[in-house]
Amino acid sequence: MTIRVQGLHKAFGATTVLRDVSLEVGDGELVALLGPSGGGKSTILRVIAGLEQADTGEVWLGGKRVDHLDPQARGVGFVFQHYALFRHMSVAENVAFGLRVRGIDAQARRERAHALLDRVGLGGLGGRMPHELSGGQRQRVALARAMAPEPRLLLLDEPFGAVDAKVREELRRWLRHLHDQLHTTSIFVTHDQEEAFAVADRVMIIRDGRLEQAGTPTEILDAPATEFVSRFVGDVNTLDGVVEGGALRLGGLSVPAPELQEGQAGRLVVRAYDIKLWREEGGPAVVHRLVPLGDRVRVEARLADGRLLTALFPQRSSLLRGVEHGAPVAVELTRRWIWPAAGPAAHQ
Amino acid sequence: MSARAAEPAALSRPHPLLSLFTLGTVAALVVLPIIALVVHGLDQGPSAALAAITRPEASAALLLTLGLAAATTVCNGVVGLGVAWALVRWEFPGKGLLAALVDLPLSVPTLVAGFLIVALYGPVGPLAPALKALDLQVIYARPALLLALLFITFPFVVRAVEPVLAELDPTEEAAAATLGASQWQTFRWVLLPALTPAVAAGGVQVFARAVAEFGAVAVVSGNIPLKTLTATVFIQGEVEAGDTAGAAATSLVLLGVALLLQPLGRALAAGLVQR
Repeated sequence: MTIRVQGLHKAFGATTVLRDVSLEVGDGELVALLGPSGGGKSTILRVIAGLEQADTGEVWLGGKRVDHLDPQARGVGFVFQHYALFRHMSVAENVAFGLRVRGIDAQARRERAHALLDRVGLGGLGGRMPHELSGGQRQRVALARAMAPEPRLLLLDEPFGAVDAKVREELRRWLRHLHDQLHTTSIFVTHDQEEAFAVADRVMIIRDGRLEQAGTPTEILDAPATEFVSRFVGDVNTLDGVVEGGALRLGGLSVPAPELQEGQAGRLVVRAYDIKLWREEGGPAVVHRLVPLGDRVRVEARLADGRLLTALFPQRSSLLRGVEHGAPVAVELTRRWIWPAAGPAAHQ
Repeated sequence: MSARAAEPAALSRPHPLLSLFTLGTVAALVVLPIIALVVHGLDQGPSAALAAITRPEASAALLLTLGLAAATTVCNGVVGLGVAWALVRWEFPGKGLLAALVDLPLSVPTLVAGFLIVALYGPVGPLAPALKALDLQVIYARPALLLALLFITFPFVVRAVEPVLAELDPTEEAAAATLGASQWQTFRWVLLPALTPAVAAGGVQVFARAVAEFGAVAVVSGNIPLKTLTATVFIQGEVEAGDTAGAAATSLVLLGVALLLQPLGRALAAGLVQR
């Protein structure tokens, strides 16, 4: 089912949580809403599900406007961050709840619940109570419960936020696999960029109640539309300077800045893996620290004005020859973005 | 536990004299009177006690008391759940006042509570003409008894349900809604099972209090034997008439009810804590 959201605006008292959010999701897509906590991601999901009302704006599901419909009438499956399982019902009763409210007979409910539990890898656990399961198992029960009435749309609010890292990794792969089988249009909310890029077809970056950019993981990574997006994804260096002679001057390092005017303040954003360093007498930076990270090495180099640049290299890279504490190095930025620097108040 | 371990040993270790004093007090104040009542109630033999409580006046009083207590429990169970709901879930003008009023019956002397009913529904009360026109007999009849008991036991279910309702996870209701449940289905299948132990625990308190009530019922009922004479008022009458054996036998029944309710209330309360 397609989703179209148009001009959503919402405030809780004096706090504005959504500012003119418009987005579209195609039929069968798996989309991630990614952004810092408190940016309004969950609110967008709740408005689409009908659990909350936007102050203004429209929600269209499958070409029909649904703003006036209760959550019950929208046919949307919702998975909550903290599972929200019915604690006094068994696992099978939880899964069958959406069928029970539709008046489906007990026998058919049981069969469907068991089939779904098998599908999510919890066959045989239908008789347990929710508190007897682990976090990862509970989240899978919550997903099976949401899938039971065969929703045309599945919304997942930080679905893996409450489980530990190893289980999260497994659940991600499993969610992607499930989606590849069922093709239910899905949106999930996360603040973990690795999760968004690993699972979703498309990623939408939400910050401060606004949609900053929507695109494939590659588009988001390689062509960030805003300063925030370039800074938010990946392991980045952010350095502010002023343009002199056509280049941003950063303590001995000059970065050509044709996009800015002479004398304008600018901000350089460069990912750690887009920086190359090699030993060169008289280079603009000095190696400050080498941190082995297993398969990679993090090199921290200090510029003449004391600011640090962080670069990542593969372990045993030939470029690392002679790169040691105190060594002068040359710096090359293979991919970088320069944005006009706003007032300092606009940045965290 | 660690905090307790850090306390001075003298406070956490039982002192022999203190233990003796505690046990002695409980024995003197609680156990001995109960034994005395059992002995007195049964000293003519069980059949005599049975005869005493199966006399029409006695059995009518006991049945009236138990029936009224049951009716009060059902009414205040439903109303108390509704009021607790309003206090926890809704915002409305006068909410603070309502919250304060809920506890009022606990601090009003029950004789005064009874008189409130008389003042409103009695022969000179503001409702008297209307009741007369409708040919409804409230005061000195069973409706007045029920009204008095409802007033007195009003806080129990409200106060038992409130904290449990406040603790319920609202996302369970949101989940039910996204799964297609109507508000009634959500209430019936998601909320009510979670609230039932609290309603029941409050209900046990209501029942026990309704059985025990004396002052208010004595004022509003007119104390007509076989009709509005409750067990407690009946016992008082027997004591005043010098028939202590009949009073003791009837008291034994009320004592038995209390002894049954006590563990029930405790079990329900323990069930609440477990959740």
